[in-house]
Amino acid sequence: MIHIPILRAGKPYQSLEVATVPHFRSGEPVAEVSQANRGLIARDLLQMAERQQMLQALSVRELLQICRAAAKHFQEAVLPLGAGEQSPDDYIAQLSATTGMPQSLCRKNMDKIVLVLEEMEAVLGGLTRGIDVEIFDRGWIEQEGRPLSFLREADALGAILPSNSPGVHSLWLPAIPLKVPLVLKPGSQEPWTPFRIIQAFIAAGAPPEAFSFYPTDYGGAAEILLRTGRSMLFGDKNTVAPWRKDPRVQIHGPGWSKVIIADDKIGQWQDYLDVIETSAVMNGGRSCINASGVWVGSRGREVAEALGQRFARIEARGIEDPDAQIAAFTNKSLARRISAMIDSQLQIPGAEDVTARHRNSDRYVEKDGCAFLLPTVIYCEDPAHPLAHSEFLFPYLSVVEMPQEEMLPAMGSTLVATAITGDREFIRRIFASHNVERLNLGPIPTMKINWDQPHEGNLFEHLYRQRAFQMSG
Amino acid sequence: MNVIAKPLTEKIAAARRQLDAQVREMVQWHFDPATGCPFWLDYAGRLDFDPRKEIGGFSDLKLLGHFQDEWLRGGPVRKWVPKGLAGKPVYVFETGGSTGVPKTRININDFQTDYELFSKTLSEKTFPKGADWLMLGPSGPRRLRLAVEHLCQHRGGICFFVDLDPRWVNKLITRGEMQELDLYKNHVINQGLTILRAHDNIQCLFTTPKLLEALCEKIDLRKAGIKGIFCGGTEMNAQFHRFAREELVPGIDFVPTYGNTLMGLATSKPFDSKKKDYTITYYPPSPRAVFEIVNPDNLDETVAYGQTGRVLLTTLTREFFMPRFPERDEGERSEPIEPYPWDGVSNLRLFSALQESVVVGVY
Repeated sequence: MIHIPILRAGKPYQSLEVATVPHFRSGEPVAEVSQANRGLIARDLLQMAERQQMLQALSVRELLQICRAAAKHFQEAVLPLGAGEQSPDDYIAQLSATTGMPQSLCRKNMDKIVLVLEEMEAVLGGLTRGIDVEIFDRGWIEQEGRPLSFLREADALGAILPSNSPGVHSLWLPAIPLKVPLVLKPGSQEPWTPFRIIQAFIAAGAPPEAFSFYPTDYGGAAEILLRTGRSMLFGDKNTVAPWRKDPRVQIHGPGWSKVIIADDKIGQWQDYLDVIETSAVMNGGRSCINASGVWVGSRGREVAEALGQRFARIEARGIEDPDAQIAAFTNKSLARRISAMIDSQLQIPGAEDVTARHRNSDRYVEKDGCAFLLPTVIYCEDPAHPLAHSEFLFPYLSVVEMPQEEMLPAMGSTLVATAITGDREFIRRIFASHNVERLNLGPIPTMKINWDQPHEGNLFEHLYRQRAFQMSG
Repeated sequence: MNVIAKPLTEKIAAARRQLDAQVREMVQWHFDPATGCPFWLDYAGRLDFDPRKEIGGFSDLKLLGHFQDEWLRGGPVRKWVPKGLAGKPVYVFETGGSTGVPKTRININDFQTDYELFSKTLSEKTFPKGADWLMLGPSGPRRLRLAVEHLCQHRGGICFFVDLDPRWVNKLITRGEMQELDLYKNHVINQGLTILRAHDNIQCLFTTPKLLEALCEKIDLRKAGIKGIFCGGTEMNAQFHRFAREELVPGIDFVPTYGNTLMGLATSKPFDSKKKDYTITYYPPSPRAVFEIVNPDNLDETVAYGQTGRVLLTTLTREFFMPRFPERDEGERSEPIEPYPWDGVSNLRLFSALQESVVVGVY
């Protein structure tokens, strides 16, 4: 069986404690993964300052070159995987086998990671707002006649990673050209992507010491969050709650991303159905930037009805089918429970499953032994209804109707808002809204990422802070 | 015929005879109106047989059913004091309280006896007589605090302590206050460091796995003069065992143990440095305590050697009689070995069915 080791500053370490990663359909083990005990992580992290020096010794230009080379290795090379090797096709097959994500979507996520590695200079430009990257080599630069300096806040970036979508791994990649070593805890079902990215970096010439990979339990994850000066935490509401007030931890919780069609544009609502569908369905609905809500001031039922008809056409397909749009659940019981929970909440007045009328099956279906939840549109006439504020690991949309003037505070936390409006006063209010993290003005899918516009926290600002600096003569 | 195995076979049979004799003696004691405690005498009154007549050996304990830990929650605690020991000073010890109202167990001399027996298994070289100890573990109403001090005194040493409230730690974990937990851990560790640095004769240490990890981040224990570490209090797996020997405390005698308030102290199979087998196998202090590894769905069915099962714990002392209590742990049934010719358990861990409801690994 494939064994995925711990990487202790790049060195493989086989633990006596292993966890198996099962095939989502058969339950048969696909790989066993060495588990790091908490003390081992803590002990290793005492050495991070020395490991950071390995990255510091390289110029940013060299590191950007390494990123470009890593992109090629990640996409094309046969790379080490434990005692064996992994081809790009192996990676796609293994990733799909343990996450239930269709291979076509796995490839799209792979492309996303490759793109970020290839375009790292533009990504850094977006993160730093165009500061000359030499600042990371020299410590300061002169900009518009003024000295500018930034202080690195941490010797390592910790990341507690999810299993839901491999594309999220692109978020921590800039740490390497920013000269901050990585300490990664992979999601239990998805060790593949972070391990392969690390191997691609090492093959491209990055110092192995800059990469630590610790599959571990909750206690080990806490150790990473407590000991790396800066970290990213991916997880559900309960997982991230204890860390929300810790400024060292950048939270990546549920997205609750939304499309808003304002009163001035609702008359053309049919024009925006493609944008809404893409926002909700792309990547199988598994990303935090997938829309889970459409908020309108009027005509909500018509919008919901039209979306319900479109969603009902999306079928469950085998994970190797190139036309597959939705992922299988790795846990059938979880899929059943989610579906039952939605049905139970539909008993509360004020919400209706519009898709149910257009499908010939239940929301929960099995195909080739795999469990799926079919895309679902709920019409909510009550904006306080629990289904108006829900997000799940499948394409799910609630179409919520309420007066526009009350909408922004009522819709709650929103990672990406696509606001379709030309109403200047409403736009001004959206800009001022603390509920909205990333804003798309106009019919832009919530899933459309512009890499020079970082969303959900800026990694550069997380890792560096500006310091006052002056120099004689 | 296997001539090498024969002495062990004989030892196993002798140990079993000794266990059966212990069962008979303890059943006589606990169910005799002159010596038994109110709880068991009352219990016997509700049986349709006389345990003193029907129970002739360990396998007959099944007749009494399974001890329920609920019986140990709340009072009156004197219902557990055997009449035959009336008038003697009584200690009451509590479990960690990680599963609701703490269980209480009365003690008179048992903890001293258990730790004196354990003392015989310790090396004179690495746990020297006359050496002082640091007890860096849970304090308060726990048997471990007094037991380690007794062990130290029994070996001619003086024992230093810190305060550690595992229930507060449990609350921090349950509330997800990991930063506060880290501060509390550092508070405990700093107290331990102060003691270690101030007292040159401390050569032995009791601590828990997590506190040992934290302590070793701050100090090289070998350079600080520590020769032997007695480690227990929470579960420990083979990976931790290896990590401790290879990286945390190389060159220091590392002795994993498994103990609790209800049973006493189980010792581990001696580590073979040539084989480098880090599996931890515990053996109970038979005949005072017994492990049975059973099918969790049928607690009367012992699993085969090497198979996984739930731990049933039996305690057989004059102070405390606890037949076949289903512990919150599981592990693999292990074969008798020369120094411990009775069943042991390997890879002890939280019983999988309870894993979501119990907070462990607290200190």
